Amino acid sequence: MKTLFDKIWDAHVVATVKDGPTQLYIDRHLCHEVTSPQAFAGLRARGLTVFRPKQTTLTADHNIPTMGQNRPIRDSVSRFQVETLARNASDFGLTYYGLNNPKNGIVHVIGPENGYTQPGMTIVCGDSHTSTHGAFGAIAFGIGTSEVEMVLASQCILQTRPKTMRINFEGKLGEKVSAKDMALYMISQLTTGGATGYFVEYAGEAVRNLTMEERMTLCNLSIEMGARGGLVAPDETTFNYIKGREFAPKGEKWEKALAYWKTLKSDEGALFDKEVTFDVTKIRPMITYGTNPGMGIPIDGTIPHLDEIDEAGKLSFQKSLNYMGFAPGEKLEGKQIDYVFLGSCTNGRIEDFRVFTHYVKGKKKAGNVTAWLVPGSWQVRKQIEAEGLDKILEEAGFELRQPGCSACLAMNDDKVPAGKYAVSTSNRNFEGRQGPGARTILAGPLVAAAAAVNGKITEP
Amino acid sequence: MPLPIENVDTDQIIPARFLKATTRDGFGDNLFADWRYDKEGNPKSDFVLNNPLYWGEVLVAGKNFGSGSSREHAAWAIAGYGFKVVVSSFFADIFSNNALNNGILPVVVSEKFLSELFASVNGNPRATVTVNLEEQTISNNETGTVESFEINPYKKECLMKGLDDIDFLLSNRNKIEEYEKNRLFAYE
Repeated sequence: MKTLFDKIWDAHVVATVKDGPTQLYIDRHLCHEVTSPQAFAGLRARGLTVFRPKQTTLTADHNIPTMGQNRPIRDSVSRFQVETLARNASDFGLTYYGLNNPKNGIVHVIGPENGYTQPGMTIVCGDSHTSTHGAFGAIAFGIGTSEVEMVLASQCILQTRPKTMRINFEGKLGEKVSAKDMALYMISQLTTGGATGYFVEYAGEAVRNLTMEERMTLCNLSIEMGARGGLVAPDETTFNYIKGREFAPKGEKWEKALAYWKTLKSDEGALFDKEVTFDVTKIRPMITYGTNPGMGIPIDGTIPHLDEIDEAGKLSFQKSLNYMGFAPGEKLEGKQIDYVFLGSCTNGRIEDFRVFTHYVKGKKKAGNVTAWLVPGSWQVRKQIEAEGLDKILEEAGFELRQPGCSACLAMNDDKVPAGKYAVSTSNRNFEGRQGPGARTILAGPLVAAAAAVNGKITEP
Repeated sequence: MPLPIENVDTDQIIPARFLKATTRDGFGDNLFADWRYDKEGNPKSDFVLNNPLYWGEVLVAGKNFGSGSSREHAAWAIAGYGFKVVVSSFFADIFSNNALNNGILPVVVSEKFLSELFASVNGNPRATVTVNLEEQTISNNETGTVESFEINPYKKECLMKGLDDIDFLLSNRNKIEEYEKNRLFAYE
């Protein structure tokens, strides 16, 4: 009896190093401009080519502007990094979706939307949110640059087999509660390091009922509790999503793939190293108050008191609240905010824009709020326009930007100024993540929409 | 060098705005940049790296060190600054791999050993630890407490002999081709 994780892992073992890690075969490799240049330089230094060039795809997303992408990038260092990616693509014969390419977008948005991400695969990228692709029933995880070089050189990676954990979400999700809220709730319960060393399978009624995009949001945040990755067993929802997409198998190949994909689930009675169950009827819209994603509370909740924090963690807790300008025991509801960011590989897909737009329709953006609405890809942006959401957003005082990682990590100009509060649909509220001194409050698209319209944290 | 903060994430180790480089060099100067320097780029006197009392090649940090982003730049920054060992009660997975791939040894110790070590450095900033990779032990020379630590035997050999994974993988190419011929389900 095997878990889903075991089945996929075992099907990719090339060899096992004596007393050491497993040599794992990688089906798909994604690269972006920030974590790959040193890996390509390494290949050149060793005089190597890319071993399986068809299995690596490149996109520029982290370090690009979200306005005026048709013009050369102003910042010369950023421009050089993006040009280096393009040069590496052409030197090594790799597919590259550069700026203004219709397939350009955030690496974890374009993989699924083009049908490149499929069940049963091993997928890696020099980016911790590679866990997103686990939504399709794939083993997908983030790697470092030395490991990027390994994959380029050999289509393999050396990894220690992680432990397995199953997280069951039981019950029916409340109307205003999203996959983001499920994830923030889960991390607040398990802590930011609570799943370190594990690969998580998400299961239960509430997970089965999620759309593919919602499953991506949930799997995306697996890394925020330390998990190596997270996956969901593929089902009809998965197959319907993939069918017909550009790189999805067609005809006879589709039938063959489907037959295999249907075997991809944990066997009845398969044992996990750890199992956790959450009742989703208890989950409310969530927000974070601190500087790691585990510091989350319901939107109407209060920040913990100091005596609720264990001794070793008190210093970090206080440091975190000082940074945020909050006090223990305080409520966040009603607090004025300055910025709203809708986007990222966590919440930058069409469903996120629909939720946001539905809420702001017929309302106006608050005067004290600067809002950055950044689609996860050009295809998402096209869909926004096709559905006329851009017009509704415009009438409500919002402006749509061009795709990229943007204010999620603020490598480009989309930086939140020091001391300002940003309600952000991204994945990390670390100190300085959205700009030096920026204060990030993580939330789902609905809570972000309410904050954008009301200028403060409010129940949506 | 003591850093008794928990959940030190890789955005603190090396903030994203320093990730624009295309080489591995120079990251040490920006290690912990936002804790280490003020807005004008002057060293903040209250940060431990700027306190001349503290020194050494061993960074001792609170639990869950290296969480967050997979950026290997974090490991390059730590190595670039001159640290050879990081001690904590708990490391994030990707950071651990990145550290080992750059010749930095992550040493996992018990919570008790860690808090005792912080207390020792608090009492004597010049307190030392001895890390013996061969024997897999770490000693708090202030108290005499010794603890053994785990490391994958393969990674230990790589560290001791200065080998890297790519050499190993390249020597295994025939096995990879064999696997590709026989795999359970081939994606195109």
